[in-house]
Amino acid sequence: MNSLVRARRWVGQHLILGLGLLVLAYTFVPIAIVVLMSFNDSSESRNVYKFQEFTLDHWLHPGSWASGMSESVWLSIQIALLATLVATILGTLAAFALVRHRFAGRSAANLIIFLPMASPEIVMGSSLLALFVSSGFGGQLGFWTILIAHIMFCLSFVIVTVKARLSGLDDNLEQAAMDLYATEAQTFWRVTLPLVLPGIVGAALLSFSLSFDDFIITNLNAGQSVTFPMFVWGANQRGVPMEVNVIGTAMFLISIAIVLAAEVARRRQSKALAA
Amino acid sequence: MSQAAEATTSSVRSGSRDLRLSKLTKEFATFTAVKSLDLVVPQGQFFALLGPSGCGKTTTLRMVAGLDTPTSGTIHLGDTEVTYEKPYKRPVNTVFQSYALFPHLSIADNVAFGLKRRGVKDVKQQVADMLDLVELTSQAHKKPNQLSGGQQQRVALARALINKPEVLLLDEPLGALDLKLRRGMQLELKRIQTEVGLTFVHVTHDQEEAMTMADTVAVMNQGVIEQMGAPSELYENPRTTFVANFLGQSNLIAGQIEGRDGDRVTVRVQGSLASVRGERAHSDSGEGWLGIRPEKVLIAETGQPIDAPGDVITGGYITDVSFVGVSTQYRVMMPWGQELMVFEQNTGARPMLPVGTKVDVSWRPEFAFLLDASQDAKAGIEED
Ligand SMILES: Nc1ncnc2c1ncn2[C@@H]1O[C@H](COP(=O)(O)OP(=O)(O)OP(=O)(O)O)[C@@H](O)[C@H]1O
Ligand SMILES: [Mg+2]
Repeated sequence: MNSLVRARRWVGQHLILGLGLLVLAYTFVPIAIVVLMSFNDSSESRNVYKFQEFTLDHWLHPGSWASGMSESVWLSIQIALLATLVATILGTLAAFALVRHRFAGRSAANLIIFLPMASPEIVMGSSLLALFVSSGFGGQLGFWTILIAHIMFCLSFVIVTVKARLSGLDDNLEQAAMDLYATEAQTFWRVTLPLVLPGIVGAALLSFSLSFDDFIITNLNAGQSVTFPMFVWGANQRGVPMEVNVIGTAMFLISIAIVLAAEVARRRQSKALAA
Repeated sequence: MSQAAEATTSSVRSGSRDLRLSKLTKEFATFTAVKSLDLVVPQGQFFALLGPSGCGKTTTLRMVAGLDTPTSGTIHLGDTEVTYEKPYKRPVNTVFQSYALFPHLSIADNVAFGLKRRGVKDVKQQVADMLDLVELTSQAHKKPNQLSGGQQQRVALARALINKPEVLLLDEPLGALDLKLRRGMQLELKRIQTEVGLTFVHVTHDQEEAMTMADTVAVMNQGVIEQMGAPSELYENPRTTFVANFLGQSNLIAGQIEGRDGDRVTVRVQGSLASVRGERAHSDSGEGWLGIRPEKVLIAETGQPIDAPGDVITGGYITDVSFVGVSTQYRVMMPWGQELMVFEQNTGARPMLPVGTKVDVSWRPEFAFLLDASQDAKAGIEED
C-alpha cells in the first residue's frame, strides 16, 4: 500500500522530466546521426547508410567526392543572405505600415500576408514558374528567379514576426519618449527600434534558414542552377554522400554558436550594468 | 465669449507662465471625453484634478502634454499658444499612470533620458541626486522589470522631475504606493514643488491627497469641471450635489426656497424655516436641497439641550451606530422618512447613544448650503 503510494508519487515527480528527456532524444538523435556520419568512411560500400570506419577526410576535403557540392553550398548561402537582407528590410517596413497607419485595404493586406505561408509550396512554386515564363523570363531561370521567389515567401514570415512584436509594444513608451524631448527620429532609434529589434533579428534568422533549405519552390524556378538542397536531392538518387553530413553538422554548429554568442553578449551586458 | 472666459483672460498676469485651457474639447469616435473645459492653473501652483474614474482626467493631461490633439479649444502657457505644439517642444513633462518606463534601459538611463535628449552634458551627478531623492540609488543599474510597482512609480516620477519642466503633469503618481511611502512621497512632492516653484497638475482619485497637497482643487465629472477652488472652500461651500457628495459626505434635505432677504436665503424644510448665508445659496427660488455636512450636525437625546442657535428638529431616532475611533457615526431616521448622517467627535463628554434612542438634531445655520433641486441628490456618491 505504502509502496504503491510512494511509487505513484515518484512517477508524478519524474513524469515531466522523463517526457522531456524523451522529446529531447527524439529531436537530437537524428542530429547526432548526422554528426556521426560526417566522420564515416563509406568508401567500402556507398549504398549502405551505416557507420563503417572513422575518418576526417570529409571534413578536410568536403568538396572532393561530389563535384558541384561546394558550388551549390555557396549559391545557397548567397541566395539566403540576399533574400534575408531584402525580405527583412521590406518586411520590417511593411510591418510598421500595417501596425502604425490606417489606410484603405489595411485589413485585406493583413490577410493576404498569410497567403504565402498558407498555400502549398508546390502551388506557389508552379504559379511563380508560370508567371516567369509568361512574362518572358522562361529562358533566364536561375539565380535571380530563385532570389525573387525566396524574398517573396520570406517576406510573409518577416512581416508576421515583426508585426507581432510591434503590436505588443506599449504606445505609451514612444509617447513618453516624445514627452521627454525626443524628436520622432530619436524616438525611433532610441526606443522603438531597440524594442522591436529582437523581433527583427528573429525574423532574419528564420528567413535565412527558410531560404537555405527551401527545395520545392526553388526546384521549380531554378533553371540550370543547383542549390544545396537540390544537390542533396540529386545525390540521394545515387546514395547519400557523407560530405552532406559535414555541411549539415557545420550548419548546426554555426546556429548553436549564434545562439550562444547572443546569450553571452546578453549576460555580459547585464553584468556590466550590475557592476 | 462667456463672462468666465473673459475674467480668466484679464486675470493673466503679464509675463507669468500660467497654464490656460480654454474651451478645450476632446471627442473620440463615439464619446466626448472632455467638454469645453476652461481652466487656469497659476504659475507655481500645486493644482489637483480630482474626479471619478473615466471622467476625462487623463485625456485632459494628454492634451496638455501634446499626446492627444484637442478637437477644439486652445492651450496656452503664459502668452504662448501650445495647442498643436509637438510634445517634445513643450516645457511639460508627464508622470504616466502606467509608468511607461523604457524596458531596455537601466533605471539610471531612464532617468537621464530627458536631459540627454536636450543635450545636457554630464548628467551623472543630477541623475544620482534624483535617484537619491526617490531613494532608489541602490537600484540604479537594474532594469525596470526587476523593480516593484512602487519602485517603478518612483522611477517614473524621477524621470519627469529631473527635467524641471515649467509644468509637471502627474497622473495618479502615487497610486501604487503603500500608505507610509505614499505619505512620504506626498510630503516630498510638495517640498520639491515649493522649492523649485514648478507648476504641478496632479491627478488623483484620492480626495484626502488632493485636499492636503493642493493649493487649488478642481472637481471633474463627465468631462466638465464641476467646481474649483481652495480645498476648504470646496468642502465648506460646494456648488453642486456632485461636489457635495464626492468630496466628503453630505446630508441633502429637500426644501422650498422662500426667497432672498438681503444676505440670507430662507428655505422651508419639513415644516420649519432655515436660513442660509447668501454666498452659500446657489439657488434663489423654487425647490432646493439644503445641505449640511455630517460633522456639522449636533445630536442629543430628546429633551437634552443642544448648543446651537438654529432650530432644533425633534422626532428622530437612531438606526445605526458605528464607532470609528476618533468619532462616532450615527444614522438618524427623521420624521419625514430620510436618514441623516451625524458624525460626533469622541470627546468623552457623554456616552455613545444606542440604536433606537430618540434624538434631536440641530446645526449652526452658517454651516448649511443650498443647492438647486434639479440635480440628482445621489450624484457623486461613491459606491463601494
Ligand atoms: N482613445 C480613446 N477612444 C475612445 N474613448 C476613449 C479613448 N481614450 C479615453 N476614452 C474615454 O474617455 C473617457 C475619459 O478617459 P480618461 O482616461 O481621461 O479617464 P480618467 O479620468 O483618467 O479615468 P481614470 O481615473 O480611470 O484613469 C473614458 O470614458 C474613456 O473610455
Ligand atoms: Mg486616468
